[in-house]
Amino acid sequence: MTATTLQPASAARSSPMDRARALARLRVSDAGFRLFALGAAVLVLVILLGVVISLFIGALPAFREFGVDFLFSDSWSPPKEKFGAATAIYGTLVTSLIAMLIAVPVGLGIAVFLTELCWLPLRRPIGVAIELLAGIPSIIYGIWGVYYFRPVMQAYIQPFLINTLGNLPIIGHLFAGPPLGYGILTAGLVLALMILPFITAVSRDVFDTVPPVLKEAAYGVGATTFEVVGNIVIPYTRVGVIGGVMLALGRALGETMAVTFVVGNATKIQASILAQGTTISAMIANQFADADPGLFTSSLLALGFILFVITFLVLAAARFMLSRLELKA
Amino acid sequence: MTAAANLYPRRRARNVIWTVLAYGATALGLAMLTIILATLLWNGFGGLSLDVFTKNTAPPGVVGGLLNSIVGSIIMTVIGLAIGAPLGILAGTYLAEYGANSRLAVVVRFINDILLSAPSIIVGLFIYQLLVVTVGHFSALAGGVSLAVLGAPIMVRTTEDMLNLVPNSLREAASALGMPRSLVIRNVAYRAVASGIITGILLAIARMTGETAPLIFTALGNSLFTVDPRGPMSALPLIIYEFARSPYAEQQRLAWTGALILTFAVLGLSIMARVLSASIKQK
Repeated sequence: MTATTLQPASAARSSPMDRARALARLRVSDAGFRLFALGAAVLVLVILLGVVISLFIGALPAFREFGVDFLFSDSWSPPKEKFGAATAIYGTLVTSLIAMLIAVPVGLGIAVFLTELCWLPLRRPIGVAIELLAGIPSIIYGIWGVYYFRPVMQAYIQPFLINTLGNLPIIGHLFAGPPLGYGILTAGLVLALMILPFITAVSRDVFDTVPPVLKEAAYGVGATTFEVVGNIVIPYTRVGVIGGVMLALGRALGETMAVTFVVGNATKIQASILAQGTTISAMIANQFADADPGLFTSSLLALGFILFVITFLVLAAARFMLSRLELKA
Repeated sequence: MTAAANLYPRRRARNVIWTVLAYGATALGLAMLTIILATLLWNGFGGLSLDVFTKNTAPPGVVGGLLNSIVGSIIMTVIGLAIGAPLGILAGTYLAEYGANSRLAVVVRFINDILLSAPSIIVGLFIYQLLVVTVGHFSALAGGVSLAVLGAPIMVRTTEDMLNLVPNSLREAASALGMPRSLVIRNVAYRAVASGIITGILLAIARMTGETAPLIFTALGNSLFTVDPRGPMSALPLIIYEFARSPYAEQQRLAWTGALILTFAVLGLSIMARVLSASIKQK
């Protein structure tokens, strides 16, 4: 009945021909929009494929020349055209390890403070302040690190470490050498500062997924805050916390500018973490401009390819773990 | 009974120790933020003058400014946004509106999350291979494209998250009126979460403005004023990188001033994004 009363009214406004034409036009634009959206989504995949393929093609001459030895050789000599990735890989792993050792406990501590201890009105402002730390560009950490943090390391922290830990048996080697300020440890500490906000932000969000009922039940039977965090919050969110930590590790492994400023850029593996070293990204940033096309450039691209593979694996594992927590929540 | 009585002080003591450590961690984090901002203000503020914004970078001994770098940063960010924003918003739309849980959407979502935190230096090398090696010279266009690749994943993510907030009843109501899918998305869904999508764009601009590593291999830097995207161009992060390592005091001071401008631009953008997204949540 409604149809019969509506049809004449709409027919009065537009002829059936007009409507058919309008509908056809809409159908085309509708399909077009869908196609554009699909194309954009596929382009995201193409970008990643492009990264892999272009780096691999660039790295091919180096891989062909040095083979698997490229991964394990610690020589880096442009005049002799002898290149190996070991020094850079070693520096990348050690600086990231130092950063994680410091940033994980501190970051989790801040997350616990924000979710369990902080006075409610202060929770948001402090959370935002920590997140702002994550927004500061890495070059700023670099300039700050080299002008302010490096002198402090050289004048106070490194002499202190050399005089105390440096005298111990076995681990003493790690803290040997002159206090130069630049070095693996300095880079690791600046990195720690940079990834701290990521760890805090992710673990805070993850801690917030714990159902309040669980925590209230534990508090109800008389558990202390520490016991609630240790026995309820952390076990419930373990997968998510590990995911967040891996995400931060991915950042630390690939961080470039801040590290380039303070790591010292020495292409030699040394036992002491106070010694100067380099990382994959610092090496690329530092030497790319001077590299001759050919084996030198190709070796730097090969380093980039290795860095990409390492971070891809770490980030993929992180995302996998975080998605498992999302399923649970 | 006695066992419980003995246990209590120990539990309390442990709780106090861990609580103090958590407070200490927070104090440390906030102290570092304060120290970094304070050193920036301390070193950068003195160098702020009209010259910074009206003169180009100069060799040591000549009074210079940062004009060409600031303009370069803006141009490359605009290029990055012009390419990255349509790409990111459309891909995010696909994930939220068309793809949902299809296999393609799951894979794209995963890959986008990887790109979101991929090292920026890798993106720089990729664009170097793609647009510098093939063309034969460095260019601001290549710099802008590398920034687009870094910014797009942020917009993909926020667009998808925001579109997922649109209630389905709203889409159904529009569809019931006979609106085709694309019109529902453009006239109803986008409009409902416009401020959320703008938040994503602001966050992407903040990220793009602060990036240095990819520009080293693409835009290279330029001591002259230029607006031609086909040639090398300076950018604020590039000039900070160069001048911070210079032995000349006046160049170091300009590096600090540049760092101050860059940091406050980036922090300002992220605070704006935060205020916007807070107003959405209140709705």
